[in-house]
Amino acid sequence: MDKQIKKVDIIFQMDEDCNLLDILDKALAQPADDIILDLIDSGLKGRGGAGFLTGLKWKFTKNEDSDVKYVICNADEGEPGTFKDREILDKVPEKVFIGMAICGYVVGAKEGYIYIRGEYNFLVKGLQKKLDNFNKHLKDRNLDFQIAIRSGSGAYVCGEESALFESMEGYRGEPRNKPPYPTVAGYNKKPTVINNVETLVYVTMISRLGVQKFKELGTKDSRGSKVFSVSGDTPIPGIYELELGMPLNQFVDEFADGDAKAVQVGGASGHCVPRKKFNDTIIGFEGIPTGGSMMIFNSTRSMYNVLHDYLEFFTEESCGQCTPCRVGCQQLLKGIEAVKRGEKPPSYLDDLKKLTTTMRIAAKCGLGQSVGNPFNSIVDNFREEIIY
Amino acid sequence: MSKTDQLVQKLVRKHGKTRNSLMAVLQGVVQEERYLSEDAMIAVARELDLSAADVYGTASFYTFLDTIPRGKNIIRICKTITCHMKGKDEVLLALENMLKIKAGETTHDKMFTLLTVNCLGWCHKGPVMLVNDEVYTELTPQKAIEVIEEYSRK
Ligand SMILES: Cc1cc2nc3c(=O)[nH]c(=O)nc-3n(C[C@H](O)[C@H](O)[C@H](O)COP(=O)(O)O)c2cc1C
Ligand code: SF4
Repeated sequence: MDKQIKKVDIIFQMDEDCNLLDILDKALAQPADDIILDLIDSGLKGRGGAGFLTGLKWKFTKNEDSDVKYVICNADEGEPGTFKDREILDKVPEKVFIGMAICGYVVGAKEGYIYIRGEYNFLVKGLQKKLDNFNKHLKDRNLDFQIAIRSGSGAYVCGEESALFESMEGYRGEPRNKPPYPTVAGYNKKPTVINNVETLVYVTMISRLGVQKFKELGTKDSRGSKVFSVSGDTPIPGIYELELGMPLNQFVDEFADGDAKAVQVGGASGHCVPRKKFNDTIIGFEGIPTGGSMMIFNSTRSMYNVLHDYLEFFTEESCGQCTPCRVGCQQLLKGIEAVKRGEKPPSYLDDLKKLTTTMRIAAKCGLGQSVGNPFNSIVDNFREEIIY
Repeated sequence: MSKTDQLVQKLVRKHGKTRNSLMAVLQGVVQEERYLSEDAMIAVARELDLSAADVYGTASFYTFLDTIPRGKNIIRICKTITCHMKGKDEVLLALENMLKIKAGETTHDKMFTLLTVNCLGWCHKGPVMLVNDEVYTELTPQKAIEVIEEYSRK
């Protein structure tokens, strides 16, 4: 083995000699444009899944001419197999607040919101207390920016940014057409930066440690580290911060139980990688990107059950607004059931694969567009398990 | 004025009389009454100047904003694959036998509603369930029964 997997301690790191508010003060003393340049230079990409350059997103929002702008922290965390944002908000919430405040200062927003999923209601009371305290610190600094909490009510699709805005505005969580993008018309149709919880903490820590320290980690296309949620057939399930760009086989050596037959990278909407491809799969934006969910399956598991579970999930969570996704999810689920029962020939799986292509092109949002990821990667690599 | 009307008025005063408060107001009603009755939705519509259909339209989108009566305690068991692999079926069966209801149903005394839900975000500590807002991880059938016994005594 050429290289050991690199464990990193940035997100949860609590160094004694650094008052967290010093990080904020340091940032507020810098011109906004310098902070944007630093972020772009750092190569930080969003940790919520889509992987857009954070610095660029902020720049677009800053350049919009509007009196009202918003900063939103996306803590909806509904992707099956992801549980890191909860841990971050529980352990280091101030680092999230600081990232939001820096963003507010940079883009010229006065209001920030944390949209947290209803499943994490038990966190809200404690979080609100810390937030009240933090908002006071912002007032003391004469920074015209305050943060509030908004809760979700059990809908995976509300993690999609435009559905999240709809929900905050009191509507059904149905994704909007894009463009316009949130940087132009987000919450209340005003320019909005929406970032994942983890992305905001990296902003804080890049400000603290400097761009160089961050760039030393990862690869050209995937700078820095990332928090991974590891579950399934592993003796050590949990939350780990690892360097991006690692080969999957190293990950499996470190975390699996010695009998891994597949890893689902990126949750239900991600890709399934079979054992024979562990060696040449890179975890990062140049290979398979992930919001952090890593589910390990060993040889005792039925991949039919895994796919069936994911398709049930999408069928239930599809907002139903567009036909390719609403009907497509149902047909994929019914289709594999029919093949399993022998009511349809195995070649029917190829028709279903064509359906996922239609969904990728015609569905309105990332939910419907990405159902083909798990479907095709599981059907292609475990065809026998689906049929027999 | 009914108790529900008073509750809705209090919530609207707290969150503001705008459409953007709708989710918070509905969540507040569910927190107190466990579900949104027709009366509650009509009261919300009146206070926020919306049509009742519009309020129902929003509410019916969200799993946690129930529009049918629920028990005093709502049990939500995670059914997603990793919790499934760690034995969620046994936990569910144990609670079904204990409460003498199936998933999706409410006990006759209206003390418990038993539901299965999608990923709750504790895959490293499955099987897991929420009872109202409280989370219980690394369940065994025995442990789950003990937790629910605790609630029936409250
Ligand atoms: C169906 C769906 C669900 C999503 N859920 C989340 C989520 O729970 N958390 C999140 O940060 N991003 C989620 N996203 C991505 C967001 O739309 C958005 O890209 C992200 O919050 C941007 O933040 P980032 O640039 O920091 O990653 C989801 C996207 C889709 C299509
Ligand atoms: S793709 Fe699915 S979830 Fe997205 S807008 Fe269409 S129906 Fe709704």
